[in-house]
This record gives sequence, C-alpha cells and structure tokens, in this order.
Amino acid sequence: MQLTGAQALIKSLEQQGVDTVFGLPGGAILPVYDPLLDSSLRHILVRHEQGAGHMAEGYAQATGRPGVAMVTSGPGATNIVTPITNAHMDSTPLVVITGQVATASIGLDAFQECDITGITMGVTKHNFLVQSAHELPRAVAAAFHLATTGRPGPVLIDVPKDVAQSTMDWWYPASVDEYDLPGYRPTIELDEDLLDRAVALIAASRRPVLYVGGGTLKSRASAELLAFAERTRIPVVTTLMARGAFPDSHPQHLGMPGMHGTYTAVTAMQRSDLLITLGARFDDRVTGRIAAFAPEAKVIHVDIDRAEFGKIRRPDVALQTDVATALRAFDQSGVRSQPLDDWWRELEEWRERYPLTYEEPEMDGPLRPQHVIQAIAETTEPGTIVASGVGQHQMWAAQYWPFEEPNTWINSGGAGTMGFGVPAAIGAKAGRPDRTVWCIDGDGCFQMTAQELVTARSEGIPIKVAILNNAYLGMVRQWQEMFYDERYSEVYLSPDLPDYVKWAEAMGCVGLRATNVKEMADVIDEANAITDVPVVIDFRTDASEKVFPMVPAGASNDDIMVHPSQRGAR
Amino acid sequence: MTPPEPFLGDTVHTPVRHHILSVLVENKAGVLARIAGMFARRGFNIYSLAVAPAESDARFSRVTIVVDAESAPLEQIVGQLDKLVNVVAITDLSPQDALERELLLATVPTEDATRGQLLDLAAGAGASIVDVDGTALTVMLAGTPGACDALERSLESFPEVELHRTGRVALPRLGRTATHEE
Repeated sequence: MQLTGAQALIKSLEQQGVDTVFGLPGGAILPVYDPLLDSSLRHILVRHEQGAGHMAEGYAQATGRPGVAMVTSGPGATNIVTPITNAHMDSTPLVVITGQVATASIGLDAFQECDITGITMGVTKHNFLVQSAHELPRAVAAAFHLATTGRPGPVLIDVPKDVAQSTMDWWYPASVDEYDLPGYRPTIELDEDLLDRAVALIAASRRPVLYVGGGTLKSRASAELLAFAERTRIPVVTTLMARGAFPDSHPQHLGMPGMHGTYTAVTAMQRSDLLITLGARFDDRVTGRIAAFAPEAKVIHVDIDRAEFGKIRRPDVALQTDVATALRAFDQSGVRSQPLDDWWRELEEWRERYPLTYEEPEMDGPLRPQHVIQAIAETTEPGTIVASGVGQHQMWAAQYWPFEEPNTWINSGGAGTMGFGVPAAIGAKAGRPDRTVWCIDGDGCFQMTAQELVTARSEGIPIKVAILNNAYLGMVRQWQEMFYDERYSEVYLSPDLPDYVKWAEAMGCVGLRATNVKEMADVIDEANAITDVPVVIDFRTDASEKVFPMVPAGASNDDIMVHPSQRGAR
Repeated sequence: MTPPEPFLGDTVHTPVRHHILSVLVENKAGVLARIAGMFARRGFNIYSLAVAPAESDARFSRVTIVVDAESAPLEQIVGQLDKLVNVVAITDLSPQDALERELLLATVPTEDATRGQLLDLAAGAGASIVDVDGTALTVMLAGTPGACDALERSLESFPEVELHRTGRVALPRLGRTATHEE
C-alpha cells in the first residue's frame, strides 16, 4: 500500500490507539492536516500552541495515556517549548509532532525554520528529526514507547514538509526490536540483595514515613500503597505531584510535605528515622535547606530513574524499579517496622495542634480563597478532576481540596508554569468527558492562557473555572510582604481590568461573579447546574490572605511558619 | 576602578581525580551535541573528548570522555549519560586500570642555533619529526598523557609554538576488568 508520509503519520497515530490530538496547523505541517480529514482522530483546534501542549499534558495526567500535540515549524514549535519543558519536569508522557521546512532548506534560515530538535534536546526525553517517509512509522512507534515506559516524558518528532509529501510503502514495526533503540532498556530486574537490605531497614525503623511522589501515580501503584500502608500502619505523606495517590480521608495520611505542606507532614519527615521514598526526587520545595533535611533519617529510594539516586540526598538503599513492583516486594516480605504507637502518639499530637486553618470570612466579603475551594469541593460530585495554575491558588487547592483517587489532580509542579490551569483542564475534560473538571485558577494565571476557553466552547468541552481573584500576582505579593519589607514591586493587577464576566461571555462561556459568602454559594450552585458550556466564576478574594504553613526559601524545615493564629502555642 | 577580568570558567588542567568513560553511542546526527549538552546542562566538567567510528559495527561510534570526578559524583555522570537514548553502553575505567594514550603535534619555529636543541629534546621524549622546512619542524608524540604534558612543558622555552593534542583514548589494561555499565 502506497501512502504519503502525511498519511503514514496519521495512520501510525491511529495504530498507537490515539483518539485525540491537540494542535494548530501552519505552513510546514499543512500536508499532515489533509489526511486528518479522512481520519477518526479527534483534532482539537487550539488558539495558541502553548494551549495544545498543556491540553495534551492535562489529557495525559487525567487518563494516564500519552497526550499528543501537533504544531507547525518555527514559532509554532517554539510556542510549545514551555509545555514540553513542563512535561519534562513532571515526567508526563507526551508525543509532540512539529512541522519542519523541507530537508533541502534545513540550515538555510528558511521561512519559519527553527532548530526545534536542538532547542528541545535538554527538555525532552528524546527527539527525532525524520529524514524519510519510510522512517515515520518507526519514529512514531519509538516515540510512544519512549514517552510511556521507564520514566515517562515528552518526545518530539520533527517532520520536514517534503517527508510528509513523499510516498512510502506502508509498514509498521511489529515489535520493540524494530524500533531501533539499541541503547534504551527501561525495565530493570529488582535486585534481591538490595531488597533484603531495604526490608531490614524497614524492620528496624521506629519512626518511618512513606514519602510518596509522582512516580507512584506514574506506576499506578495506589492499590499497592494502600495495602502496604494499612498492613504496616506506616504514616504517609503525598507530595504536590502525588496528591490523590493515597486518600486524603485516610487516617494514616499526614498531608502534603514541603514549603506549603502541613506541619505534621513536614515535621514527620524531619523527625523520621526512615524515609521510604517512592518515586520522589527530594525537590528543594520538599526538603527546604538540604543540609538540615530529615537529619536522622535513613533513606530507601525507589525510583525507575537511577540518576535520581544521590542527586540530592544519598540513599542508604537504592532500588531501581517502579514503585508498584517495590511495594509488592515489600508486602510479600511480610516486613513490619518496630511498634509505632509512640510515633503515632506524637503525630496525632501535632495533627491536633497544627491543622490547616484560616480565618472565617466576614459575611459581606471579601471571600477567603480556602473557603471558596472547600465550598466547591463540598458541592461537586465525587471523582471530580481539579486542575490549577501556579501560585497561591495552587497551594490552597493542593491543601484544601480533598483528593480521594489517583489522576484527579492536574498541576504544574517542577516547572511552575503560570497559565497551565485552563488548557490543562480542557485537556483533562477531553480525555475524561465523564468527569466534572474544575480549574482552580488565579487572576494572573487566567490572563496568560484564557483564550483557550474559545477552544473549549467551540469544541464542546464544558469545564468550570474558578478564578480566585485577589487582583495580585499573589505568591509574589506574599514574598514581597514577608521578605521584602512590604515593598510591592509590579504585582498589582486590578480586580476589574479585565472584566472577567464579560471576557467569559465574549468567549461563549457563562460568566459569573461572587463578592461575598452568600453570592459564593449561589454561583457555585449555578455553575454546577450548567453542563453544556464552560463556566467562569470571578471570586473576589482577600488580597492579604497568605499561604500557611510556610518554610521560607532556603530555610530549614524545622523553621516552618504556621498560621499566625497558631503561633505562640509552640 | 578597573573592570574585573572576564570569567573564562574554571580552567581544567588534568583534574586531580579523573575517570575515563568509554561510551558506545549510535552513529546518528546530533549524538555528540546530546552528550556535550547534557554535561553543560548538569555542570559536569569534560577534560577531554575523542570520537571515532566503533571497531566492529558502522552503526556505532566510540566516545572517550575524560571526566573530572571532582565536579560531580561519577555515578551521577554515568546515570545521566545512560539516560541519553542514543547511548548504548558505558565502560568506566579508573586511571589505574586504564591504558591511556594521546597524540601531540607541535610545529616549532627554529633557527640554525636552536634546531639541534629541538632535535635532542624530541629524541629524548621519544617524539618523531614528521615535517620539516627551512623555518620550522613539526614534532609528533604518541604517548601517555603524562609524556605529552612533559613534552608540552619543555616546548615552552621555544617561541610561538603551535601545539595540538587529541585528547586521550583508553582501553582496559590486560588482565583488569572494567566496570561495564548497561
């Protein structure tokens, strides 16, 4: 069967079971958009290529399947570099297809040419510049294999225009052996000696903590985690990337660790004698000052990526495997720690003394952002997916939204990409149309990518967006208030400019506003009743509200600042 | 106030603790850039680097990288290198287990008065004369990095020497086993 490269590319995507592609056409990718008309693939036409990338990430995080984005060369390609970087930092499986100028023009500064494989070398797991139509099926198959196995990540395929236009005899690699990846071996057998040493450390521990990171979600290990934790009674903390991996309602869950983690989660790690680290990477936002982090703890480090071992903290035992395999092996060993009654007594005391807290809002406003998040969570159905941007609202969502199941929390962790929320929520809803999807956003983030709500409306993707509008770049404002003597430099945005309700309406969405508690309850009910079009709510929140607890940047986790109302009690 | 000297990076002469990584890579466009980019991105120092087609199979090349094990733990460097999809195998050679060789070429302007002195020096160092004209000689030394260092130092007394070194290549000494990394 003779196909053009473009047809072969689309057919290869179908072969991989892709159902949705997020993209925007342009010159160099034009040939590939033609056979799309004859394909069963759903293409979602975005308004900016960054939106396509974040949608693909949202899709991937919500479904566990790789997200696919397709854009043109030059600026189309550079516009998607931010989502690629974001996916690389958070190990999200993406396949990004970029158009490229014809092979004969490469290197001649042709119109809309850029060296996107060069640009993305450091922020992809791997990338390909495809040289012939015959190679396209192999590149696609290899890209999906790389993106989804081992430590997942983004893979880019750069397709010159003449490659898409030329013809080839259709073939498709039958197995991994035909992917031509002689240097890629993602699966590693569990080392039994190291496993025994890890089990011995668990058996000797008196103050163990299960330090659960995003790798736990990537390896779909929630059931194994629950089984091991319940059998051993070992307390659990879930990082920002792992929220939902272990139910928040479970009594053994101490909450999120890190800069804005709960007092109990942060302090449990500080006082621990054994961190059972599961697909986590000792990020600086978790450890605080590394020299002062968990000084008495031995470390078991489970990771599929051995380059994480000793990168930040030297492990006592490093197990190179996926989290589910490690947890099953721990469980099969029947290991138990030393009695944990004293440890739990201490943890319960902290939990009782320093719960997450905020001041009740006045009846006539302004709203408390934490209260808004809780009110939305209380009225939405179970299994609702929540996406967020980056900043204060993200931290409050991570703290106050009750996560009960995996893949319900979609956020930008490592890269901290403002504007992630709206497109990621759209991608999540496209992948999980059966679920309600809320985006908890900030006013600063919303303004960066809100135009994708046009995409959402025109494609029939009814997400709900809660803007916690405090008229500031709130997290920067918090730092300037606390660490720069209240010298507010370039952080004020205005609550009324733009008019978020009118903007929402102009994009074909329902726009609502709430300035006090009564209106808040009403608009949330109203939003919950709308299921056919996107809804945007402008919640007017208190600009002076800050995220607590907080470990100041570079400080020791021992110097955690709790909410002002809890100080003095220490 | 005089402006500060421009920062040229930390100049690396032979590092105190170096290791030789013999890296088998796919012979594909951009592979060297991927390796060099990873070292730059992660702040690992490369002391020298040599690339050549691999002995047995045209699909592969062998890259010999002398790394400064002071700049980062060796297992970090190897771990990050191993993550590059085009890297097929890494052999780690510690200096005591490695046979290291390097090639030095130097063109030395000479006058009648200094020519004899240079010829003696070259003979003493085991270097050979590979090119001659009325104004200069080109000497070549294939030897240990230490021998090349010594010859380079002795040539410092001659003016306007043009000197190139290849960077080292290495193989395990016979009877020693290198650490083979998958």
